[in-house]
Amino acid sequence: MAGMAEGGRYQADALVAEDVEAYLDQHRHKTLLRFITCGSVDDGKSTLIGRLLYDSKMIFEDQLAALEADSKRVGTQGQELDFALLVDGLAAEREQGITIDVAYRFFATDKRKFIVADTPGHEQYTRNMVTGASTADLAVILVDARKGVLTQTRRHSYLAHLIGIRNVVLAVNKMDLISYDQATYEGIVEDYRVFSRSIGIDDFIAIPISGFRGDNITALSANMPWYSGHALLQHLETVEIDEAADQAKPFRMPVQWVNRPDLDFRGFSGLIASGTAKPGDRIRVLPSGRTTRIARIVTMEGDMDEAVAGESVTVTFVDEIDCSRGDVVAAADAPPQAADQFEASIVWMSDQEMLPGRPYWLKLATQTVTATVQHPKYQINVNTMEHLAAKTLELNAIGVVNLSTDQALVFEPYETNRRLGGFILIDKLSNATVAAGMLHFALRRAQNVHWQPIEVSRETHARLKNQKPAVLWFTGLSGAGKSTIANLVEKKLVRMNRHTFLLDGDNVRHGLNRDLGFTDADRVENIRRVGEVARLMADSGLIVITAFISPFRAEREMVRQMMMPGEFFEIHIDTPLFEAEARDVKGLYAKARRGELKNFTGIDSPYEPPEDPDIRIDTTKISPEEAAELIVSRLIP
Amino acid sequence: MKILTHLERLAAESIHIMREVVAEAEKPVMLYSVGKDSAVMLHLARRAFYPSTPPFPLLHVDTTWKFRAMYELRDRMARESGMELIVYRNPEAERLGINPFDHGPVHTDMWKTEGLKQALDKYGFDVAFGGARRDEEKSRAKERIFSFRSANHRWDPKRQRPELWYLYNARKAKGETIRVFPLSNWTELDIWQYIQLNKVPIVPLYFAARRPTVERDGLILMVDDERLPLRAGEVPVERSVRFRTLGCYPLTGAVESEASTLSDVIREMLLTTSSERQGRAIDKDAGGAGMEKKKQEGYF
Repeated sequence: MAGMAEGGRYQADALVAEDVEAYLDQHRHKTLLRFITCGSVDDGKSTLIGRLLYDSKMIFEDQLAALEADSKRVGTQGQELDFALLVDGLAAEREQGITIDVAYRFFATDKRKFIVADTPGHEQYTRNMVTGASTADLAVILVDARKGVLTQTRRHSYLAHLIGIRNVVLAVNKMDLISYDQATYEGIVEDYRVFSRSIGIDDFIAIPISGFRGDNITALSANMPWYSGHALLQHLETVEIDEAADQAKPFRMPVQWVNRPDLDFRGFSGLIASGTAKPGDRIRVLPSGRTTRIARIVTMEGDMDEAVAGESVTVTFVDEIDCSRGDVVAAADAPPQAADQFEASIVWMSDQEMLPGRPYWLKLATQTVTATVQHPKYQINVNTMEHLAAKTLELNAIGVVNLSTDQALVFEPYETNRRLGGFILIDKLSNATVAAGMLHFALRRAQNVHWQPIEVSRETHARLKNQKPAVLWFTGLSGAGKSTIANLVEKKLVRMNRHTFLLDGDNVRHGLNRDLGFTDADRVENIRRVGEVARLMADSGLIVITAFISPFRAEREMVRQMMMPGEFFEIHIDTPLFEAEARDVKGLYAKARRGELKNFTGIDSPYEPPEDPDIRIDTTKISPEEAAELIVSRLIP
Repeated sequence: MKILTHLERLAAESIHIMREVVAEAEKPVMLYSVGKDSAVMLHLARRAFYPSTPPFPLLHVDTTWKFRAMYELRDRMARESGMELIVYRNPEAERLGINPFDHGPVHTDMWKTEGLKQALDKYGFDVAFGGARRDEEKSRAKERIFSFRSANHRWDPKRQRPELWYLYNARKAKGETIRVFPLSNWTELDIWQYIQLNKVPIVPLYFAARRPTVERDGLILMVDDERLPLRAGEVPVERSVRFRTLGCYPLTGAVESEASTLSDVIREMLLTTSSERQGRAIDKDAGGAGMEKKKQEGYF
């Protein structure tokens, strides 16, 4: 066993023992490479990582003793060391013998420190691979030499490429099991070359290895004299990282925090996303566009002459200009754009499918805004790279979408700048991270479609009608009595000479929304459109009454946000399910119970009652007439 | 062009993480255990917010069983940083006189796990920084930097939020909390090197000195004061020892060593053949899954 560990190990030890200062000095100047390993379930990822840790002496004797014992007890390699057990961390997965989440490992050689993201090969865990890849400089794609390029290999390569990894290593593993056969290896490399070109990977390095036997890992193996490239570790030690390229780009620093210890100091803290900064440099604060110069770059150890991409700094400005969290400080003559409509790639990461039209939080750099995603332009089959039509995106689906935000975002295309082009979507109710996205470009209409100034104002419209516009938004189960009460309310208002309009759910679905069904996604879009129509009508001075089930809180809240403050009234027609079902005016509950009607609210589709409605009508206590009276008296006291 | 070293990149990442928390949390706190990792974390916090004082307090979940030298350094660092220091002791454990000699695993449960939960609830802290590193232990390797906890402080490894790029989702419902680990990507060597380069003050127990000790259950225990009850036949012996990790003193074993300077300590660490947590009794509970189980129950 001791013989397996030779290579880098003893070299470092000799220097440590002899001259630890020299060793530390060397270690101090090491650079950092972050990489991911990906492959199919049995391609030997964990074994390879275990081997790298073992060969670079990151495994101690007590761990080794535990490993030996574990290998005998649950190992899959007979009496030999099962390196996979070193990295398969959680108890649950040790029992199942698979890796179920992203794990990060660390090792170092004389030249570099490495952070490895170990990402799983299962189909249902695409999101973990994307997560691991998002911070990686390089991807090691593992292929089992006996199996060649598989569907999963294609998927992992596509994902690595999608997330912008430019350095790809094709590691053809388990060469020992095919007797180190050169022809088989070359056949696999050729297959991969054809495929990788087709998805836009310009270049890759292929290395034949055995993680289990240690061939071509730390040093070239005598078993494959026909291979003349670098051993895997040598390649990882010498491959160029994108640091120089990042520093060559224009300066950008998203502001994280305003540092204001007292009235005399006002600094702006952030991590430099690209470029370099020196005192005296002209900068522009976005989105405001104001310009000034950098006065100081302040650190606890004294002011800096220059700071570069990747450093966390605090800068002060020559002039007092407005700047706060979410703003981007950029080179004055080469600022990034700001826009509110984009095309983007999205990786969906939640069990709950994407709902086009639903507002999500979008976090990009230090900016958090509300975003809505439109129906996907297409979904990508990650196995065949085909473009498929899709109405929504489900867990692990990848698609291209248009999205719009409620405020302008300062951004750069993901291809140009990962830190200003990568974003996450967060569900507003559960707070879960539901998607990762990469901005492609701003839609031209965001830049060129301006609001048309309207000369007859909404105030004029309202004054002419001698009333205050309002939206009375009825929500409740099917059969709760929304339409009945809404009609009574409208009649009363008209009798009082008010100008009204009733938008009824069933009627709208015969026209404006006849293309929508009853899935969650369609329900969200249904409400979004009705909300927009109601807003236009309110702008024209009308009192708008809407009667829609509108089952989700998030969308009702979205509509409230569209309206002027004080003009939106959420009215909950509160009828218990058993009561509505007992009435069953249209016979729909009976149909739903028989399974003839899918996605019926209250039966197999949820209703989220308002937590704090403006008006609540308990239909088991008061009549429709009384309810209408109550609502009108609230509107016109 | 300036090439950043791995330590510079790690420090920049940790500082970025701390600033994100301060910008997005309602009431953050820094768990301060007085060990070397806490020392580095505190140093990074002071850099992150300089010239401001870090805008959160330090919280020491005390067990009353720490080494005396740890209490001294703790109070000194709180003074020097200008930060508020909150010391919390589980009143129930105090009342029952829970100690590591008579109560075994209950000692850690009540003082540390329960104590931490009580302290977070009492002060209403919604985000707590911790100094844990992913290289310490297998289940830590899979934990996120922003590690989400349910309202009853439980960690669910299957329901972790995906963490992409350097974007951290700090949103949560009322009652839920987040543990944040800014040193996730540091290794033991990185920590030592940072301490050396930046002259970070650490507890002198990390350096070898002649100290009174007894050998018990395979661990070398230091007789810090009269709180260590000697067993029949045990006589304290002077040994040149130091500590690789510092916990409650009866639970933390010392190693025999002559390493009295930082360089010596680093050399010894690099040449050593056993892993850092080996001296800790805590990981040995419940077979191989000890730490994972403790974390699910709310241990840091």
